[in-house]
Amino acid sequence: MAVLLQQLINGLFIGSVYGLFAVGYTLVFGVLDILNLAHAAIFTLGALTALWLTTAGALSIWIAFPLATLVSGALGLVLDRVAFAPLRRRADSNLSGLISSIAMAIIFESAALGIFGARTVRFPEGIFINRVWRFGSVTVTSLQVEIVLTALALMLALTAFVRHTRAGRAIRAVAESERTARLLGINVDGVIALTFFISSALGGVAGILYGLYFDALAPDMGRSIELKGLAVIVLGGMGSIPGAILGGIAFGLSEVFTVALTGTSNLRDAVAFSVLFAILVLKPSGLLGRGRAREA
Amino acid sequence: MLSGSGNNLKIIAVALVLILGLTGICSTALAAAKEAKIGFAFSMTGAAAAYGETQKNGALLAIDEINARAARDGVRISAIFEDDASLPQQGVNVFNRFISADRVAMIIGPTLSNTAQVADRIAQQAGVPVLGTSNTTQGITDIGNFIFRDSLTELVVIPNTIRAAKEKLGIKKVAVLYGNDDAFTKGGYDAFKKALGDSDIQILSEQTFAKGDRDFSPQLTQIKSINPDALIVSALVEEASGIVSQARQLGIPAAVPIIGGNGFNSPSLMKNAGKAAENVIVGAAWNAASSNPLNRHFVEAYTARYGSPPDQFAAQAYAGVYIASEALGRAGSTDNRKAVRDALEQIRDLDTVLGKFSFADNRDAKHTPVVQIVKDGKFAVFGE
Repeated sequence: MAVLLQQLINGLFIGSVYGLFAVGYTLVFGVLDILNLAHAAIFTLGALTALWLTTAGALSIWIAFPLATLVSGALGLVLDRVAFAPLRRRADSNLSGLISSIAMAIIFESAALGIFGARTVRFPEGIFINRVWRFGSVTVTSLQVEIVLTALALMLALTAFVRHTRAGRAIRAVAESERTARLLGINVDGVIALTFFISSALGGVAGILYGLYFDALAPDMGRSIELKGLAVIVLGGMGSIPGAILGGIAFGLSEVFTVALTGTSNLRDAVAFSVLFAILVLKPSGLLGRGRAREA
Repeated sequence: MLSGSGNNLKIIAVALVLILGLTGICSTALAAAKEAKIGFAFSMTGAAAAYGETQKNGALLAIDEINARAARDGVRISAIFEDDASLPQQGVNVFNRFISADRVAMIIGPTLSNTAQVADRIAQQAGVPVLGTSNTTQGITDIGNFIFRDSLTELVVIPNTIRAAKEKLGIKKVAVLYGNDDAFTKGGYDAFKKALGDSDIQILSEQTFAKGDRDFSPQLTQIKSINPDALIVSALVEEASGIVSQARQLGIPAAVPIIGGNGFNSPSLMKNAGKAAENVIVGAAWNAASSNPLNRHFVEAYTARYGSPPDQFAAQAYAGVYIASEALGRAGSTDNRKAVRDALEQIRDLDTVLGKFSFADNRDAKHTPVVQIVKDGKFAVFGE
């Protein structure tokens, strides 16, 4: 029983990390219909920037965290300017943007390699107090709780933002029809830039939390999560922000229980993607998706 | 006339000086020509980068010492370092370059057994001797008669570790966690399994992980629930650090020792895992605390030069360069690869930092292993 509970916690936690990564991803992918394959690179750079600020900059993690989040957001703006904006007026802009985002991902990753080196690096010891709570034989750490809470809080805040604020409505309007939005006097380029900023800042947050928890940062750390993030968005329902978190948790749980039951991590991805396949067969729009009708 | 003969004398004198000088130059040129090219393939990037760096440091120290002495006698070593990136494909590229473009007398490396299993075949076909200094998987030297190693195999070190752990701690039942997609970690697992069987220790559960995994909590949660006497882990140091800290975080009690394979033999473990690494038990080929004067000199010189104490991988690379230098000296040739191979085969009871070193008949290393335990962030001797 305690084992089951512990595995549930393990799955909930790793699932929240996937969800956090997917929330930013889905904002651009699901809402704007742009697939940004450089999201994982920003996830990595966010974590490495926070690390650099705490080591070379000798800053407290409480200052480094928001700074690195801002840097990630700024990278998102660069990404939008360089990879997407020049292609926006073209008929096939989404597809060509996808390809140019791969190029940006490679550039970002190479930059990380050049600046931080290929070695796995770590946050300095004692930068962050991670308390360990034990309930019987079940263990929870304060960082795990914080990560799960952050994922839920960001999900609620982002949903409210997209649904109820002016900027959020503008984002949805642009997603619905760029041309109509422009006719209505919405600054389309500005709205898209804003979306990229928020999305990338969230990607950075996910990277920093992932880095703090597993404490093993490397320029290629985004690769393992990239494909999962994409699957999580599809699983949760395209463009649905609560769906991204829910999809992340479903994905995390399926991974953890596969490993727990088989005693090996070889089948982990196979089972997770089979679950994705099965859900899509049963409900093609994903867990919380509603077909073409957009849901914030 | 007198002045003319004076000129002649001067000319003769100048000629003499020139001749003497030239022969002087020639003799130094000859000595300098006695220079052997050795290719070093170590992992400076990728999963094994933590080992590659200390290997390179250890090798450089030995090369500089040997070359400083070689001015008078012996063979200078001209070293070419290349990064095998912890990848078999890259190892093959590096080996091809060493063999055809650089025309090295021999190769030292590569870092990982995984890479060695592919790259060493190319050297064997080309007839270039290879000395592995960190390959510990069974069967590497079976590739052919040009393949040597100065690293003890897991089959020597691990049974010794298990025996010592059983004697001192009375372990009866254990859980095993290993990486099953890498020749080195899988080889370590095979050796552990055999040693556990031979010592009548029961394996309660076997769990595996994949290269690059960072979350081991599902496996460790299962292991914790079956209360083993010890946790046996075969992993590279990055994963080992994650496993050790997550195991302690999940509440596997400190009384349950973690016993590691060769991958744990790096101070990075203590740096990465901090307090969680205390009491980790690791079998080793090199005893850092040995009072052998060669070893004391090595530890002091290494620490002075690099600012941190050496690990086993540095020691084995350092010893490897000395073994190579001994063989090159005996071969009497710096470019006859066959002669170098034959000389390597003859090495018996050579004094090295690893102790009295010999090659076994199958070209594997032969010397005494030790068992270490982490105490206060350092490796201490647990038993022999």
